[in-house]
Amino acid sequence: MEDKNQDSKSKPTKGLSRRSFIRGAGLSTAGSVLLTTNAFALDYKEHPSDGKEFGPDAITIKMKVNGLVKSLSVEPRTTLASAIRDHLELTGTKVVCDRGSCSACTVYLEGKPVNSCMMSVFDVGDKEITTIEGIAKNGKLHPVQEAFIEHDATQCGYCTPGMIMSCVHLVENNPNPNLEDVKDATRGNLCRCGTHPHVFKATLAVAKKTI
Amino acid sequence: MALIPMSLRRLWQLQKKRYKMDTRKEKLPYGIPGHNLSEIDREIPIGEPPVWPINDKLKIIGKRVTRIDAIDKVTGNAKYTSDMKLPGMLYAKMLRSNVPHAVITSIDISKAKSLPGVHAIYLNENTQKEGEENKNGKYPMVKYVGQPLGGVAAESLEIAKDAISLINVNYEKKPFVIDLEAAMEINAPIVFDELITKQEDGGDVGEVHDGSKGEGNVRGPSTSSFFGGPRGSLEEGFKEADVVVERTYRTQVQTHMPLETHGVVVDWRPDMMMVYASTQNTNAVRNEMASVFGLPKSKVRVVCEFMGGGFGAKHSAGSFGPMAANLSKKSGRPVWLMLDRHEEHLAEGNRPNSIQYLKIGAKKDGTLTAIQQRSHGTAGVGLGAGVGRIAQVLYPCPNFATEQYDVLTNAGPGAAWRAPGNVQGAFGLEQAIDELAEKLQMDPLIYRDLIDKSEVRKVERQRGAKLFDWSRRQPSGSGKGVVKKGLGVGQSTWPRFVTLDSSVEVKIHNDGGVEIRSSVQDIGTGTKTILAQVVAEELGLQVKDITVNIGDTFFPVGPGSGGSVVTGSITPPTRNAAFEAKNDLLKLVAKKWETDSSELFIENGQVSSKKDTNLKMPFKEATKLMRTSQISKIASRSDDYGGFQQPWGLAYGDLGSVQFAEVSVNTDTGFVKVDRIVAAHSCGRPLNIGQLESQINGGIIQGVSYALYENRVMDKATGHMMNANVDQYKVPFSMEIPEIETLIVEEYSALSSTDAYGIGEPANIATAAAVANAVYNAIGVRLYEIPITPSSILKALNKVS
Repeated sequence: MEDKNQDSKSKPTKGLSRRSFIRGAGLSTAGSVLLTTNAFALDYKEHPSDGKEFGPDAITIKMKVNGLVKSLSVEPRTTLASAIRDHLELTGTKVVCDRGSCSACTVYLEGKPVNSCMMSVFDVGDKEITTIEGIAKNGKLHPVQEAFIEHDATQCGYCTPGMIMSCVHLVENNPNPNLEDVKDATRGNLCRCGTHPHVFKATLAVAKKTI
Repeated sequence: MALIPMSLRRLWQLQKKRYKMDTRKEKLPYGIPGHNLSEIDREIPIGEPPVWPINDKLKIIGKRVTRIDAIDKVTGNAKYTSDMKLPGMLYAKMLRSNVPHAVITSIDISKAKSLPGVHAIYLNENTQKEGEENKNGKYPMVKYVGQPLGGVAAESLEIAKDAISLINVNYEKKPFVIDLEAAMEINAPIVFDELITKQEDGGDVGEVHDGSKGEGNVRGPSTSSFFGGPRGSLEEGFKEADVVVERTYRTQVQTHMPLETHGVVVDWRPDMMMVYASTQNTNAVRNEMASVFGLPKSKVRVVCEFMGGGFGAKHSAGSFGPMAANLSKKSGRPVWLMLDRHEEHLAEGNRPNSIQYLKIGAKKDGTLTAIQQRSHGTAGVGLGAGVGRIAQVLYPCPNFATEQYDVLTNAGPGAAWRAPGNVQGAFGLEQAIDELAEKLQMDPLIYRDLIDKSEVRKVERQRGAKLFDWSRRQPSGSGKGVVKKGLGVGQSTWPRFVTLDSSVEVKIHNDGGVEIRSSVQDIGTGTKTILAQVVAEELGLQVKDITVNIGDTFFPVGPGSGGSVVTGSITPPTRNAAFEAKNDLLKLVAKKWETDSSELFIENGQVSSKKDTNLKMPFKEATKLMRTSQISKIASRSDDYGGFQQPWGLAYGDLGSVQFAEVSVNTDTGFVKVDRIVAAHSCGRPLNIGQLESQINGGIIQGVSYALYENRVMDKATGHMMNANVDQYKVPFSMEIPEIETLIVEEYSALSSTDAYGIGEPANIATAAAVANAVYNAIGVRLYEIPITPSSILKALNKVS
């Protein structure tokens, strides 16, 4: 993703910049006709056939979120966080700093935590997005969510979705984390109420249960 | 907090008169279990529920009950104001000044107006009286960078931002002053040339402020608090002193940075103004909006179901509230107006800084003879930079005087923050007490035993010292090696504030459902859960049986969440309303069983009889006996048992805390790490242990942050804040969090039907002082200024100049 951004910066003209911006974004740029229909990663074509500019008006795209394919109409400048919150109305994902410094907007991209405020929605392509709303499965809470309730790891709750995304990813990938591992997993998660000690306790309790 | 003065004597007379008429005598638990628990006789109003025993005899109160709204928070389903999306809703952005002091000569909105997607633009203008010319022209004068000038509502936030960037503001710039000490100089640019009696923008900040006197930018002094004015004679006191500590302490400006910024969604319909607000005080926001727009309170509804932190800064509708309402009125659409992170730092609150001069005298035996305090601080264009009353009340001393000055600067207004003033004040006072102890060649903890008359802090010192293992403490600066360990202690006090205007409705529905309603909001402290606990305990039900609908001004008025008033104010009426509703229900059962309702009780969800153990009826079945759909009782906060000390509700005693800090200081790098904090706290009858621990953790972490990390950095050349974002503003993350152990001391004072109080403010007061004392113990050199940084440590050690 970083490479792409640099790429786009290095292109001087507006049109080229926009095209490079969406290159690899899982979206065809083949003219306005296609752009107004449902574009999807699988329809992606490398080169626009008619040279038409991409955007700046909203375009309808598809995205895989929490196991469902969702359709949404977004401007090219839309971040993944905004797409999730404002367009799909999955508001559990929070935007706190809007510059990748607080992890409140953490979602999984193909199972890996990313700051959704730092990412173009057009860079998602056909990759699967998981948000906090997708952590509980079939109405059953994830053990980390249960532990957060049990150990009172929430206060105002605004950082909680991001904290949970970080901690779920940890316990799913490290069955036996210690305190340092939990601190490391949440080191980017800003919390102002001071939930950290209970977040640590909750996550370690899950780890113990699953051993 | 609105504090309404009233003749104390008159209040006492009124109360006495009433007590004689309709009171009953009760024995209530009094004191500290495991220390001095006894019983005390109290005359209590006749309609009050029976006395609760101490917590270990209760089923739900004082236990680790899980937060009832945690499920919404952990699943992402909790809807905050920032998450609201109403049909047809527009997104708004505010226009803010980018200069610190200026007269606005013109604002050109023509380009913004014609941008597609823009629906409404509103500019703040001076109200002009007929025939009068506005002194500063059409627009309010700019006093700080980030001052709101107007707003735009558009179809998307991006369009609103685009529109703001198309607005051209012309300024006639004026000289400005940012720095506290520079603003105190005689020739400093004047921020306000008029007297100020109240904060211009935002809520009440601290306790001590008086802008109606003083010269230039320096306003005050305030010399008294609600604990009275000066005592005795400083001159006499210092004459008696064998030992004197005289120091100047400095604290920085810090910004609240709640994760959810300030903001509202306003839907101004023809018949009703609907306001969704991220607020600590739905009732205050309702009253402000009604007052600004000349609407009856009944035509404004403020709702706050979840809110993402405030810490004192979210008591007001601010300028964003009326702005969103004006834009909603103009556009005829609901308007979403949440500030961005930058705006939040600039304009929506900060804890004022301070320069505190403190002089304390004591006799050889340690007896305090005099305390003199003088402070200057700036809340920017606001007031309230006093350092509280902790020096006045923590330790009894016959001779005391304080002078607290507000210094006006061209910076964003301060706002209340957990224990306003007292956190700054404790940093000075508790270090001075430590220094005094050292001069007297006494252990700091033993010295506090000598001069502190609080029984609860005595117990906290004993239990805390044991858990912390204070006996490990070595003489200050005696450690070997590069990384030196230090142990320190800090103490605090906070009054048992009660807001009398606290009401709640408890409904028992005829399907067995129980509902609590109040405008009081849960700001993450767990208010919803403790209310459910109180009602469940009273009704013999479980917490899961209780539905809590609060944070809505359509319901009875509850207190604002500030000053740690909520628990002490709203849990007694909640219990009383449940008690009254229960009595009505039991009367119906008694009628059916042909017995007296006083024989009946509810336990484990069953109505039972004391006399006939065969009589049993599930609660749900009992509710079917109702002729109406519900029994509904509204109760208000009664007077405290025995009467208030102050008419607006200050009760007796204090909420005391003792916090112990263990730090490591690397004397090569200057880095300080807080390794461990043991925090011993009292809050009357503890209601929910898990939630109390959470809030104490939060107070401590904010205190560690205050001691070591946070600092608002202003550019003196431009008046801009240089670190107005999360990535630039330094706060602790998981790696910096110390090990925290909390110790809650149950303390009964027999003052209400729940005898419970809050913990929000107490948790935050003593931490920075404890850390500073521990740093001294580690390196043997004292730091009089926070934040304590690697370079300040190295300077103190004379390693850098």
